[in-house]
Amino acid sequence: MSANVALFVTCLVDVMRPRIGFAAIRALEAAGCTVVVPQGQTCCGQPALNSGDRPHAVALTKQTIEALEPYEAVVVPSGSCAGTIRCHYPELFDDDAAWQSRARAVAAKTFEVMAYLDEVCGWKPEGVTLPATATYHDSCSGLRELGIKAQPRRLLNAIDGLSLKPLSGAETCCGFGGTFCVKYPAISNAIVTEKADAIDTTGADLLLAGDLGCLMNMAGKLHRKGSKVRAYHAIELIAGMGDGPAIGEEA
Amino acid sequence: MSGFTDRVDAALADPILKIAVERTAGTAEAKRAIAVDAFPDFEAARTRAAAIKDHVIAHLGPYLEQFEASAIAAGAQVHWAQTADEACRIVIDICKAAGARTVARSKSMLGEEIGLPHALEEAGIVRVETDLAEHIIQLADERPSHIIWPAMHKTRDQVSALFKAKHANPHVEETIAAMAESARRELRGAMLGADVGISGANFLIADSGAVCTVTNEGNAELSLVPPRVHIVTAGIEKIVPSMPHAIHMLRMLARSATGAALTQYTTFYTGPKLPGDRDGPEEMHIVLVDNGRTKMRAEGLAEMLRCIRCGACMNHCVVFRQIGGHAYGGTYPGPMGAVLTPALDGLAPNRDLAHACTLNGKCQEVCPVKIPLPTLLKGWREKSWREGLEPTSMRWGLGVWAWVARRPALYRLGTTVAIRAMRLIGRNGWIASLPLAGGWTKHRDLPKPAARSFMTQYQQEQRK
Repeated sequence: MSANVALFVTCLVDVMRPRIGFAAIRALEAAGCTVVVPQGQTCCGQPALNSGDRPHAVALTKQTIEALEPYEAVVVPSGSCAGTIRCHYPELFDDDAAWQSRARAVAAKTFEVMAYLDEVCGWKPEGVTLPATATYHDSCSGLRELGIKAQPRRLLNAIDGLSLKPLSGAETCCGFGGTFCVKYPAISNAIVTEKADAIDTTGADLLLAGDLGCLMNMAGKLHRKGSKVRAYHAIELIAGMGDGPAIGEEA
Repeated sequence: MSGFTDRVDAALADPILKIAVERTAGTAEAKRAIAVDAFPDFEAARTRAAAIKDHVIAHLGPYLEQFEASAIAAGAQVHWAQTADEACRIVIDICKAAGARTVARSKSMLGEEIGLPHALEEAGIVRVETDLAEHIIQLADERPSHIIWPAMHKTRDQVSALFKAKHANPHVEETIAAMAESARRELRGAMLGADVGISGANFLIADSGAVCTVTNEGNAELSLVPPRVHIVTAGIEKIVPSMPHAIHMLRMLARSATGAALTQYTTFYTGPKLPGDRDGPEEMHIVLVDNGRTKMRAEGLAEMLRCIRCGACMNHCVVFRQIGGHAYGGTYPGPMGAVLTPALDGLAPNRDLAHACTLNGKCQEVCPVKIPLPTLLKGWREKSWREGLEPTSMRWGLGVWAWVARRPALYRLGTTVAIRAMRLIGRNGWIASLPLAGGWTKHRDLPKPAARSFMTQYQQEQRK
């Protein structure tokens, strides 16, 4: 396995938690990939797409397609952004055959990072140790658009000392929903309050997930309520970076 | 503040509502999961159910004409209504022609949609709701909050108090059985004494002209058979070609709604009483109602016409589970309501419904006819954007963001500035209050970003 893969960092990882991007590179390189970070990328356009702003969504989609086209594969540390590229980019060009075929080509080679490592590379972390208990939240877009469920668990199970505790309602939305959480803060809060309680109930040391948006929502609520649970993107543990600062901890 | 936001705040402030919704929807969710697991290849059954509905919706005209001919042959009278008002007028005229003073109504969401309860009252006709939950709603003078359990927002204790205040001869013992008996005492005489029985239809069978209703209380049968006249009001999308199709849809409906294999009572009404029959109404009228359905079909909402009104989407919706049904403000709540209400009542006053959704996809996953509800909701968001209904702040904010995001070099500068600003406010790794992001920080903390963005760090490392 020596694929030349492009990392689509995602706007949230770029600004809020660069460690996730570096963890993705580290794991992909360990799996034998050559990783490139295309400089033309910014955001996949999901905020515009989900707000109904089709013109801006199309503009950002075209920019992202152009940035990612030259590579064998595109890997994304987010089920939500990968889902946008894989499932929704081609839907934007019903009236434009040329762009639609370009969108389809990029969609077909775009993968969520843990699905790529597990299914395409057939890779598992080796020699990674982390004595802790963790619980895993299945973020909705990854779960329902991309079928991501077993892949992260297979990778996490290869970490020595890490034990996974089942989360009640693991497939229930955390209430993030992109701009939903700021447009309807009261509803979002009611949902994430229940999620944070369910996480606390597991007694796990760590909360893991595959999407930074959901993680920030859940970690932010856990911190506000005084919980001791620490949150990481699962790829950080898989890449052997689970000994670093959790979300909201100073480096 | 919009009407929607006010209703949401009221709902979230009501602890009893939360308990009531969780009890019913939570039970339904658990029971449905068991029923679906036990069903051989539920996924294939969903695909077939969707295909049946897509077929009839694509060929509505011929199937409705076939239904009309079959129903007339069975002795029923068929009426066509373009609008809600027209449908109500037809029903009232039939009631008046029959000299009806009292009608017994078996729960029908289509009846709610066209405003039939109100129209009957305006016409001075006494309306008796015979479904137990609709009876509760009528006593409380409220609106249904769920399409399967109209009174799901009420707890048993609230219902007990209501019966004691309103029933002629209420229960004494505080048991479910005693309360049901109290309702039975109240309703049975009214059902048997009604001049007209009004129902909806779960399915219309094209090749036989039969109308199918499902209930768990038997109230439909008791409301529709003894009176002299039976009136059915049904949306035109309720049509299925023949009995085997209806049976397939029934298997999907009951499991998706309550997790039961079948409802307690599943009845097919084919025409009125015929010579030699011992009972049944003398007249049967079927009012086929469009009320925007052909427009929905023409304007990109054909998939919504697959809906069989099972309620699974709302039972599994994280938003509905928090705010209940009344907050949605329309006849139909939850995800299916959020798609239907803008079509029925207009987008401008209901634009919030399309946005108050996390797009988590659970509703689509449990829908027995595979309606792509999140996609349809995003369709409303797009229409709202195109028509300029979105708030100016949102349009400007997204516009500026997208303009910058299309210029990667400028975008990098922007992220650097944003990171510095956020880090100035952060304390011990967290930001407890952030200007312009109060919706976030009112309820949760925001992690402080790292000192340098990924792109900055990556470029610095590449240069080494």
